Amino acid sequence: MPEEFKLPETEEGTVLFNIDPIIIKDHYEIDYIHSYAQDSPFFAGLSKGKLLGSRCTGCGYRYATPRCHCMQCGKKTEWFELPLEGTVHTYTTCYFGGEAFIKETPFTLVLVEFPGVDTFLLSRLIGVKPEEVKIGMQVKARFLRLSKFRATDVYFVSAEETCRK
Amino acid sequence: MRPVYMISGGITKFKKAHPDKDFRFMVKEAFDYAMTGLPLLKADMIDGSVGSYFSDHFTRQLKAASMVQDYLGLCPRPSKRVEGGGATGGLCFQAAWESIASGRMKVCLAFGFETMSRVSTWKGNEFIAHASDTNFDYPVGGFYTGYYAMMVRRHMHEFGTTVEQMAMVSIKNHKNAVYNPYAQSPMELTIEDVRRSLMVATPLTMLDICQMSDGAAVAILASEEVAGRVCHRPVKITGVGCGTDSMRMADRPRGKVILLPHEREEDYKELEYPGVHSFRGGRMAAKLAYEMAGIRNPIEELDFIELHDAYTSSEIQTYEDLGLCRYGEGGRFVEEGTPFMPGIDYGLKLPKQGTIPVNPSGGLLAFGHPVGATGLMQAVMAFWQLQGTIEKHLGNDKLQVKGARRGLIHSHAGTGTYITASILEAV
Repeated sequence: MPEEFKLPETEEGTVLFNIDPIIIKDHYEIDYIHSYAQDSPFFAGLSKGKLLGSRCTGCGYRYATPRCHCMQCGKKTEWFELPLEGTVHTYTTCYFGGEAFIKETPFTLVLVEFPGVDTFLLSRLIGVKPEEVKIGMQVKARFLRLSKFRATDVYFVSAEETCRK
Repeated sequence: MRPVYMISGGITKFKKAHPDKDFRFMVKEAFDYAMTGLPLLKADMIDGSVGSYFSDHFTRQLKAASMVQDYLGLCPRPSKRVEGGGATGGLCFQAAWESIASGRMKVCLAFGFETMSRVSTWKGNEFIAHASDTNFDYPVGGFYTGYYAMMVRRHMHEFGTTVEQMAMVSIKNHKNAVYNPYAQSPMELTIEDVRRSLMVATPLTMLDICQMSDGAAVAILASEEVAGRVCHRPVKITGVGCGTDSMRMADRPRGKVILLPHEREEDYKELEYPGVHSFRGGRMAAKLAYEMAGIRNPIEELDFIELHDAYTSSEIQTYEDLGLCRYGEGGRFVEEGTPFMPGIDYGLKLPKQGTIPVNPSGGLLAFGHPVGATGLMQAVMAFWQLQGTIEKHLGNDKLQVKGARRGLIHSHAGTGTYITASILEAV
């Protein structure tokens, strides 16, 4: 008898939304092997309760969000410790977001401005009602005790007397 | 550089989902429309193409533009894909312009598409947010509406712009779309409707923001020799400009305004620029395009504008970047009615209605925003405006800017990282 070739059948099936046209569920996911590379000291700093910015060794421009080379003059930067208090440059409260963040809504985003630093830091503001956030309000950094080595290891709370919890 | 002309264009309807046609079929539909309108242009006269789509995440098909190239029967002629976030369509248009201006091609097809319906709106927002810095921005906020909300909050702080002025942009663009059968979201709205719709990221509500769309658009560009031979009313591309800014909003500098010819340094003595309230890349794009086209005072010398209004707020910010008014005057510019179409009742008191129509098509807010197609859709609308053929293509002439001689199209990527401005003129 000639040999018969046959694929084994499986029972996973397919999620079907529609048949004209045919619309099916098509799953896809991936884990990346992600290096923070030259920005790694910033994330290590967060785990030690420090905010590290970049200062240009050429022109002295100071960055609150780190970069290894200066955007103004191209020279290498060096790390410096940012103050842990700053002010709100601008803000928003998000009631929706990307799917990964929907469960965290509503959350308040702020760009934090530090005295003597030329650029800002994007972070979240915790413990202030949306209608009470103001441009110029004093905020201070707080850090997660159990670091996740993410930019969200630091967040901000109000540093104003009237709002102090 | 050789002069470059647009000789035809086509668009599909923009809608929430086109499940019956994939991206190849959508582009084919727009392409066939463009070719049918130009019987003297034969497909074998097209020397090559530039494809435009934003996100491989949405398409779930890498190198999707090469599938369009073969579907349209253009293999083995040259082609490439360009990508630059929301500005992808504008960059594609300019890449096609370059291929003609340089003499490399006589006829170049620019095609663009996006199929955003393949994931939910919130997954789509997550995909788009990967266009922000994935170390420092995405993990914190992960949401472009949040970024633009922060930008306009600062604009409000600097200049006193109001949410009611933003709502007027929404009213204008949604109402214009009522006369555009290709548009996704025609609506008649009041300021209250806009403010009472769901709050997404303060101060932006659902009606301050464009939607996810499926759609395609094509523009065919040609040399003067071919344009004169095959096209009854070609439109000349007289200026192109492009500008950029830092990926992270947090890194935006605070220096001096890049001035246009009709502005003076004294106008902006106290202003720290661009900060996060303005799009420096938009100003650079406009300045370069105006210089090439010889425009010295844009509001006097342009007849209409199709600009990238992903948000009502960014339309107001863009009036200023394009120099239609001074920085800080964008809110008042819309409040006075300057960018509204003449002859349409918006239910608002608009003393300067019809001065310079902005987004007569309905813009991204109401026409839709299938990202890779959007900048080319603007080119097609500008082409029809300058040919005076809006009635022929839309079935009514309500959106025809009467006697339009010169228009500007403006394409913009996330928080202003890439921005293009192109000037088109009737000949």
